[in-house]
Amino acid sequence: MDASAPAISTSRTITVTINGTTYEREVEARKLLIHFIRDDIDLTGSHIGCDTGNCGACSVILDGTLVKSCMLLAVQADGSSIETVEGLADGDELSKLQQAFSARHALQCGYCTPGMLMSATALLRSNPAPSENEIKKGLQGNICRCTGYWNIFEAVKEASGQ
Amino acid sequence: MTTTTIAPEQVEIEAPAETWKGQNVPRKEDKRLVQGLGVFVDDIKRHGMGFIHFVRSPYAHAHITSLDVSKAEAAPGVYGTLTGEEVASLTDPFFQISSVPGGNIKDFALAVGKVRYVGEAIVAVVAETRELARDASELVEIEYEPIAPITDARHALADDAATIHEDAGGNLMWEGTYEWGDLDAAFGEADKIVKIDELHFHRFNSTPLETNGALVEYNRGTGQWTIHTNNQFPGFAAIMMGPAMRTGLDKLRFVTQDIGGGFGNKITSHPQLVACCLLARKLGRPVQWTEWRTDFHSSMSHGNERWFQDTEVAVRNDGTLLGFRTKALDDAGAWLRYEPLGGVIWAQVTPGMYRWRHIRLEFTQVATNKAPVSPNRGYSRMQHLWFTERVIDIVAQELGLDPVEVRKRNYIRTEDMPYETPNGCVYDSGDYAKMLDIGLDLIGWDKRKERRADAAARGKLLGVGIGSTLDSGTNNFGQSRMINPELQFSGNNEVATVKLDIFGEIVVTLGTTPQGQGHETTAAQVVADILQCSVDDVHVRAGHDSYWNSHAGFSGTYASQFAVTGLSAVKGATDMLAAEIKKLASAVFGGVPEEALELAEGSVRIKDNPDAALPFMACGAIINANNAGLPEDLGVTLNCRYVYRPPFEVPDIEKKFGNLTLTYAAQVHVAMIEIDPETGYYDIVDYAAVDDCGKRINPQIVEGQVMGATAQALGGVMHEQFVYDEDGNLLTPNFYDYHVPHALDMPPLKTGFVESPSPFTALGTKGMGEGGGAGIHAVCAAVQDALRAHGGAIVVDSANPYHTVWEMLEHPEHTKQTISVVDA
Repeated sequence: MDASAPAISTSRTITVTINGTTYEREVEARKLLIHFIRDDIDLTGSHIGCDTGNCGACSVILDGTLVKSCMLLAVQADGSSIETVEGLADGDELSKLQQAFSARHALQCGYCTPGMLMSATALLRSNPAPSENEIKKGLQGNICRCTGYWNIFEAVKEASGQ
Repeated sequence: MTTTTIAPEQVEIEAPAETWKGQNVPRKEDKRLVQGLGVFVDDIKRHGMGFIHFVRSPYAHAHITSLDVSKAEAAPGVYGTLTGEEVASLTDPFFQISSVPGGNIKDFALAVGKVRYVGEAIVAVVAETRELARDASELVEIEYEPIAPITDARHALADDAATIHEDAGGNLMWEGTYEWGDLDAAFGEADKIVKIDELHFHRFNSTPLETNGALVEYNRGTGQWTIHTNNQFPGFAAIMMGPAMRTGLDKLRFVTQDIGGGFGNKITSHPQLVACCLLARKLGRPVQWTEWRTDFHSSMSHGNERWFQDTEVAVRNDGTLLGFRTKALDDAGAWLRYEPLGGVIWAQVTPGMYRWRHIRLEFTQVATNKAPVSPNRGYSRMQHLWFTERVIDIVAQELGLDPVEVRKRNYIRTEDMPYETPNGCVYDSGDYAKMLDIGLDLIGWDKRKERRADAAARGKLLGVGIGSTLDSGTNNFGQSRMINPELQFSGNNEVATVKLDIFGEIVVTLGTTPQGQGHETTAAQVVADILQCSVDDVHVRAGHDSYWNSHAGFSGTYASQFAVTGLSAVKGATDMLAAEIKKLASAVFGGVPEEALELAEGSVRIKDNPDAALPFMACGAIINANNAGLPEDLGVTLNCRYVYRPPFEVPDIEKKFGNLTLTYAAQVHVAMIEIDPETGYYDIVDYAAVDDCGKRINPQIVEGQVMGATAQALGGVMHEQFVYDEDGNLLTPNFYDYHVPHALDMPPLKTGFVESPSPFTALGTKGMGEGGGAGIHAVCAAVQDALRAHGGAIVVDSANPYHTVWEMLEHPEHTKQTISVVDA
């Protein structure tokens, strides 16, 4: 690398709505969406576990589509509406999925849980009564190292009313 | 999906239970965690903080011939750097646990003069953002003179092997011979001697989803560091860091709230924490470090890789096991960060679950040019238990016996409990044969012939395997003296405080640093039973702050001990508080004897006159804010601290004899698999995990630990490996190449339990959670069983990915020829 070449960064102003609140921020063009959500907006519920798009801890719903926010640049989210784990509960009332995760002991350390909940939320929106295999497929992009997933499958099933 | 023999239904929190212990009380931790409101280390921010990026070695073994950070320091947004030379001038080498030669090595927070593995940190760069720190790290100029690396421990002691640590005079780090019983007599008495050339336990770890990290602030006025970190054993980190940094431990304040998984892998982050502390002081600003996933894989806490060589097993024709001798060769990697404690930890479970009395094990630990090993779930016992389970199945196969029968013939029996092992450990309680029966029943052992025929009809090979293991918990740290007689450690301890505050709040602090084990919940269950109140009324402070939480030398969350050490401390403190509440009420009620009082419904009252009740709120208010006129000698503070100390003696170092752990939880896992003989691909088609950890405070949490340990074991045996090439490059440095189980990988699971209360603990509990790697052993056994009538290959490695199974199908002679049986 040419030592005399400074790191060049350009920035851009973006507008993003997260959990119903609209934010306008200037961001570096190379900033990842997850870092924007966590560091700039200080919504730290979405996590980073792998840096490579494997683990799904950073999963959020962007304009209705489940995405891994470490695989997008913040500037790509300009103009979009994003849902994160912080938006799942209605005030103090936890969503059915959040309640089921606790009732079925589907979390231990809780680090993968926000991403897992967003994937499960997206799954149940598109398929309100998933089969066992459909639940597994719906969660295959999320790694959990604590639970072995079995109780997570049970929780999703319970939340779907099955 | 999951079938279970325990009722997972949670209790209704509104209706106070007769006893809270034993109930599936919903976890107190969950409400914040399911809303994304946990506080993990990377969530913590400070004004003006700098981000740290470590420059790491691209070479496995090389001299550093020049190092220049000037261009990096001049880069935009860079606050400063730290080099190994600076570290060597500002700190002393970390204290070494090992006796010589390993004890002579000099270990600093950053590499000094030489690098010893790919990924070793050499320079730390701090900048305004993560991205700028990473950019600037590219500008650090380092020149290397490569040295031949050692990537196979079996070559580390060869005459022509390069020396990794000149200070140690070679690559031998530690060695010790363990022998108990009468080997000559045992081998003389045997009918057969089964010889196994080499067994290999591979290198992997638990890869917690949250990597290591810290945010460190330095207070110039007090000379004190506040270290927000996810280190899971801050007591150990402090012991390592204080002397190295030439500072008192009170200057190192450790703060943790939520930790994203640990599994032992977050014990040895002290080198990085020292670098953070030095930078916070040098730069006069908070510094933040979050480990990249690749950095975790390439540098943090690999599990111990171990070979068992020249094993000989003395056995009778009926399968009665008399003893064994073996040579364990352990690969420590490049540094001894917790090692060589693995060289004695295995001895907690010396005979496994079996009654053989004559055992010799020569333990040798060497350095290699790979990442340092450190505790990993099942630390060092898992390797040894895999060995004993492999021996059982190999003996059974070689002698034409049924592995189930061999196990039952040799298991330590429930009537033998408490059972003293050949090396003086005392197995507290258990019924291993019963656990095996439950496991076999759960997977339909009676139908195995039909299942085998059915699989065969589909062109598949069916195999059933057993993994029976122990989860020894509550260490006697005196065992460290077998590694180094100079060490002044022994026993164990843990602390809890329980207080009744001014408005009657019951507030509990723990010395522990949980990573998902639900300590806030189980502690509240114990407190609620003693104080006869609801678990909802018990506030267990989340996380740990060494300034505010009372703690002891061995405080932390590691090595399967909370249900014994942590909860015994909670019980002790709460018993004290209950006694004080009665003492206070006795005085307030005008001398009613304490025996005539009881705690009930959140108050203290007269047994014969329940209307005469003093609510806890009144008790708290009287002591804290309305105490005039109380008897001078009352001696009540309603703020109670208890230090639990398990009953241990210092082991006999010469004979290597003594009780090394207080409790022995047990696991029996049974795996049924189907192998495609064309490809080696296999599926687990049925799986049972049976656990006995004594009294269960919260069965659902216990079952969650069993499930998690099972999943990690299945990942370990089927997929996960830290693979190095011959140049010492890690080939599996991320979750693309290092495949951990995903949702679609999970087999059906059935769980069962036995409750054998420990006679040695106040609550009858046993530490649990590590699981002894039972799933690894069970799958290895199942693979061997499936191949038994199809070439008869022997499973000699703990890593069994599909291509390895295919190799065994294609060339069974490769492993068969490593086993022999001779008449004694």
